[in-house]
Amino acid sequence: MPVIEMEQVLIPHVREPNSFTLDFYLAHGGYAALKTALGRTPDEIIEMVKASGLRGRGGAGFPTGMKWQFVDKKIEPRYIVCNADESEPGTFKDHLLMERNPHLLVEGCAIGCYAIGARTAYIYIRGEFHHVQRHLERAIEEAYAAGYLGRDILGSGFDCDVFVHRGAGAYEAGEETALLESLEGKRAQPRNKPPVPAVAGLYGKPSAVNNVETLCNVPIVVSRGVEWYTSIGPEKNGGPKLYCVSGHVKRPGVYEATMNITLRELVEGRAGGVRDGRTLKAVIPGGSSVPILLPDQLDTQASFDGVQRAGSLLGSAAIVVLDDTTCMVWLAENLLHFYRHESCGKCTPCREGTDWLHKILARIERGEGQMSDLDLLASISRNVGGKTLCAFGDAAITPVVTTLKHFRDEYEAHVREGRCTRPAPWRARHLVGAH
Amino acid sequence: MATIFIDQRSYDVPDGMNLLDASLTLGFNLPYFCWHPALGSVGACRQCAVKQFRDEKDMRGRLVMACMTAAAPNTRISIDDPDAREFRKSVGEWLMVHHPHDCPVCDEGGECHLQDMEVMDQQTYRRYRGLKRTFRNQDLGPFVNHEMNRCIQCYRCVRFYRDYAGGRDFDAFFLRDRVFFGRQSDGVLESPFSGNLVEVCPTGVFTDKTLKLHFTRKWDERTAPSICVHCAAGCNTIAGERYGLLRRIRNRFNGEVNGYFLCDRGRYGYEFVNGPRRVRAPRIAGRADAAAPSDAVARAASPLAGGSGAIGIGSPRASLEANFALRALVGPDRFCSGMGAAEHRLVSEVLRLLQEGPAPAASLHDAAQADAVLVLGEDVTNTAPMLALALRQSVRQQPMKAAAALRIPAWDDTAVRNALQDERGPLYIATVAATPLDDVAAATMHAAPDDLARIGCAIAHALDQAAPSPRGALAADAALVGRIAGALRAAERPLVVAGVSLASQAVLDAAARVAHALHAAGRPVRIALVVPECNSLGAAMLGGCDLDDATALLWPGSPLIVLENDLPRRCGADRAARLFERAGELVVVDHTLTPTAERATIVLPAATFAEGDGTYVNGEGRAQRAFQVFVAGGDVQESWRWLRDLMRASGRGGAAAAWETLDDVTGALARELPAFAAVRDVAPPATFRIAGTRIAREPARYSGRTARDANVTVHEPEPPGDPDSALSFTMEGFQAQPPPAQPPSALIPRFWAPGWNSVQSVNYYQTVVGGPLRGGDPGLRLIEPAAPGAPAAAGRAPSAFEPDDRDWLCVPMYEIFGSEELSALAPSVAALAPRAYVALNDGDLHRAGLREGGDAVVASADGTCRLQVRRVASLPPGVAGIGVGLQGAPWMRLPDRARIHPAERDR
Repeated sequence: MPVIEMEQVLIPHVREPNSFTLDFYLAHGGYAALKTALGRTPDEIIEMVKASGLRGRGGAGFPTGMKWQFVDKKIEPRYIVCNADESEPGTFKDHLLMERNPHLLVEGCAIGCYAIGARTAYIYIRGEFHHVQRHLERAIEEAYAAGYLGRDILGSGFDCDVFVHRGAGAYEAGEETALLESLEGKRAQPRNKPPVPAVAGLYGKPSAVNNVETLCNVPIVVSRGVEWYTSIGPEKNGGPKLYCVSGHVKRPGVYEATMNITLRELVEGRAGGVRDGRTLKAVIPGGSSVPILLPDQLDTQASFDGVQRAGSLLGSAAIVVLDDTTCMVWLAENLLHFYRHESCGKCTPCREGTDWLHKILARIERGEGQMSDLDLLASISRNVGGKTLCAFGDAAITPVVTTLKHFRDEYEAHVREGRCTRPAPWRARHLVGAH
Repeated sequence: MATIFIDQRSYDVPDGMNLLDASLTLGFNLPYFCWHPALGSVGACRQCAVKQFRDEKDMRGRLVMACMTAAAPNTRISIDDPDAREFRKSVGEWLMVHHPHDCPVCDEGGECHLQDMEVMDQQTYRRYRGLKRTFRNQDLGPFVNHEMNRCIQCYRCVRFYRDYAGGRDFDAFFLRDRVFFGRQSDGVLESPFSGNLVEVCPTGVFTDKTLKLHFTRKWDERTAPSICVHCAAGCNTIAGERYGLLRRIRNRFNGEVNGYFLCDRGRYGYEFVNGPRRVRAPRIAGRADAAAPSDAVARAASPLAGGSGAIGIGSPRASLEANFALRALVGPDRFCSGMGAAEHRLVSEVLRLLQEGPAPAASLHDAAQADAVLVLGEDVTNTAPMLALALRQSVRQQPMKAAAALRIPAWDDTAVRNALQDERGPLYIATVAATPLDDVAAATMHAAPDDLARIGCAIAHALDQAAPSPRGALAADAALVGRIAGALRAAERPLVVAGVSLASQAVLDAAARVAHALHAAGRPVRIALVVPECNSLGAAMLGGCDLDDATALLWPGSPLIVLENDLPRRCGADRAARLFERAGELVVVDHTLTPTAERATIVLPAATFAEGDGTYVNGEGRAQRAFQVFVAGGDVQESWRWLRDLMRASGRGGAAAAWETLDDVTGALARELPAFAAVRDVAPPATFRIAGTRIAREPARYSGRTARDANVTVHEPEPPGDPDSALSFTMEGFQAQPPPAQPPSALIPRFWAPGWNSVQSVNYYQTVVGGPLRGGDPGLRLIEPAAPGAPAAAGRAPSAFEPDDRDWLCVPMYEIFGSEELSALAPSVAALAPRAYVALNDGDLHRAGLREGGDAVVASADGTCRLQVRRVASLPPGVAGIGVGLQGAPWMRLPDRARIHPAERDR
């Protein structure tokens, strides 16, 4: 499989030693987009982002321009909140952006603030990213010193402050309303919607919550123009996209591509395919919370709409590749171990359901399951799915539902034989919590 | 009104409700956990799921949480839908995954909302096969027991404790199925409303620790509607008894007064009823054993018969009936209200202000609804705790308008709190020292009483130029005074709060001036004036003289009758002793062996609030009836019956001597004193019947009816009759049960509805969920201001307080636990009562050479006393606070000037 090369705009220089510095960024055209944006009206910027079709890169794929338009412009102050709580298992693209190209995000935050009439952006960064936080804060300092942040930016009269706030390490803090709660100093538990953050968000004020990669796309839309942006990638799936390929591949990593690329090109081309002597068993195309795809679906276009047509979701574009050594019961147990640990504990189905599901999966994997446990798994999952306060419940049951659907025979074999039928030497002996 | 469709039938519901409110109001059994009518919706437990349909053609529908969905016109839902039922059942199953199966040994069993909801969900069999998670419990102090293993994580406790009651030392910790509710470490819960956790918790995590000491199931308790006797707020309670022991106090919903909650003094003060200081048989001085009632009455009556000018000293903690009977026995001219001179004058002044107006008295409900509040001089958390809880809600009134503008419904608690953040409406507090309510105030001012009065006058002057302006510098800045006046003037429901706790006429005058000025400006102002005790206002309404006058009136050697009153607490041990020496026979009618009773020649054992019926007038002027719960053992009877017996034995009292029932007493009271004309209608008469029967005090499930006393006698005793009320002492009679029939609201002995064994059953007794009880909330206001209202007080504002070089101005300070006489006798409350203290600010501590925690000698005109030194940084210079009514605190006239110096051993 040939490796398809294309122009990189999000992470073009990440291998350069100084890619994160302001000088490097300026030398490569940095902050030109901000200058351009400040020459236009905020409404023009929103229109431009709308026309670009930029969709949120955090997982839901909601059009960013629409989100900005919905922000209630009658109420002051307003906020841009950057969701940098990258915690979905398999996802590590924002990490790279913030560590190696932080000024792109700073520029995106500033343009975002300008567009919605905010003066403040908060970057809520994952608790474990303390080393990334240093890079970001350094970049922000540099930007202040050079006049790209602070008062009267580039003589335009526009003021903008960017603050980094590091979370305490809860996965749930990546849910936009839980993130807002956490940012306000409360427990990271989701809010009911409505009201949406665009009406009453951070500190009760209109806010736009955008993913890191989304905001990094904004300067690109501004500098390259709508026409270029929409021209790369399929319709309604324009612009550059970062893919995190991990699992049983030869070259795991972050790959930038347009959404014309197929899963096969990513897995077999960019990432070099599965290890020698092994065959592909399944692919999780969008982070641990989306349904798995089977090898015969590998030619699916890796776009929001393409993956959705195939019955899954692009999510955070975290492609987890599983070869034939993977026990699917273990996979589900492993993921539920994560979800039950990270449930915020607010609503009943998720709090109780995930723990129960994990216990059942663990006993099946240990060889202590019963056939009736399979129906019990399905029954619990059915009552969690779609019935929780936020999307966590849906995310948490997906590994169970999707493995039961495609690999029920493996479950049955575990119960029948009273042992794990696919033990693999690379598996951790004991799962440990993420403290 | 909005028309909604539930399971294809149409119903009209009031606007602005959510579907859970609406369903419960309509009488549907829809289970829930995290929602609470006073706390609103958060959508956490997912128990109240119903299926909503877009229109009549939509057959699929989707599950929504009833508590989070507005009951908008033409909403179509199904409660009975199989998917909804299955999901609700699965919620029930999840909650039981970790909930222990310990109902038989759990204090909550039999009144557990979780039990009720599991039955409603029809969740019977268990599919979970794993281990249950466990927690380490905490010692939360003498009031609340903690058993976290039972927790179902509904978050109600933390929402009540922090969001509603403003507590800071309790929170939710950790995440997933290990969310823990408690304190950071073991320790006494700091909020004076912590006892409400017991009722807010839907299961047995938080239970009543005092009940544990003498536990009884809800269904085994004989209960009656009662009134709290531990302050003047007049909260409605349910008192429960078994085996002659008062077991506990629970909230009795009254939408106008306490709503869903009680303070800890009210909930836990009851144990004085069971205390070792109780008098259960007549005592005659000099005799070792108890006297026969007839002997005691004959002995006490003999000096009365001579017409030798007996003086009767009534009591603000005794019922109207008891005080009125005493008044009938001795005659109105020789009846004393039982209050010291200063207190009598101030409470009478409060009565005058309420009667003459122009501002009507505010109920606790009014206080919670007020949108601008000025508190002048009163530390309400310690003098009328539930008023403090109401004022905490009042600060939400103005910001709520912003939430409404965002189209956030008032019941959507998360969204409202998110939109409001720290926005608070105007609550201004001017007190001598910092109060626990200060954290929600827009501004606070701390000054000496006269300076507080000057601030009040300045506000009144800013509102109405006709009001006198204080001369000279003010203890608050002029801009703040202007802001306060502006906020009060702009408010839709302004409220002025003051009281008699500082014993300052000037403060009371100033509060009245503010109310008057607001009234003159055409604002619908209300006034809340805090008086000290459960029947202070009632005693004042009966007239009579104060203790000083009574002393002067008492001819040496004449009999003195003291009703439920401990005089050294009112006028000091020395004065009381002089009074006792002057008296001939000292007859004390009381339930507790007070120092006064110990001095008595004859003590007649009176009933407490739980052992006799009585009417009390709260600070709002609302007359409310407390009903007898059980027949006390021994010779205990109501004070008014003892006094009637004295009338009969002495030939005094005229027609009053013929009184047989409580209705006779209230009837006579209503006839004789027009102010009490309505008192007969406070509750239905004893002849009231539902379907020909009385209302049963014992629930239908009361156990051991015939075997209860088998250790004493195997014969089933004849049930006691009740001539005084329409309640029966047994399980025979009408069992409180809505709808369609429920007892009149004043006669609801407990809340229960089919399928609802917990306190949540109150939903079915209300006209709408959270609204008034059907037939109106109990109690009748006896006082409404006369139109058009009295003119403003004449006179000038007091001059500014000048600190003295040598003396301190001692002012009273109150403690929720310890300052009130009866509750301080309850061991749990006593455990939290501080030692008697004198408080000074840092500068004054230094000046007096005192150190915090040491002892000080306070020397005033009334003598010297030794008190523990407390540091209160917010006290103004030259002002010392003296803890009132505390154990070990001798009486001293307050306010007064006193010297303060270190006790010997601290020098």
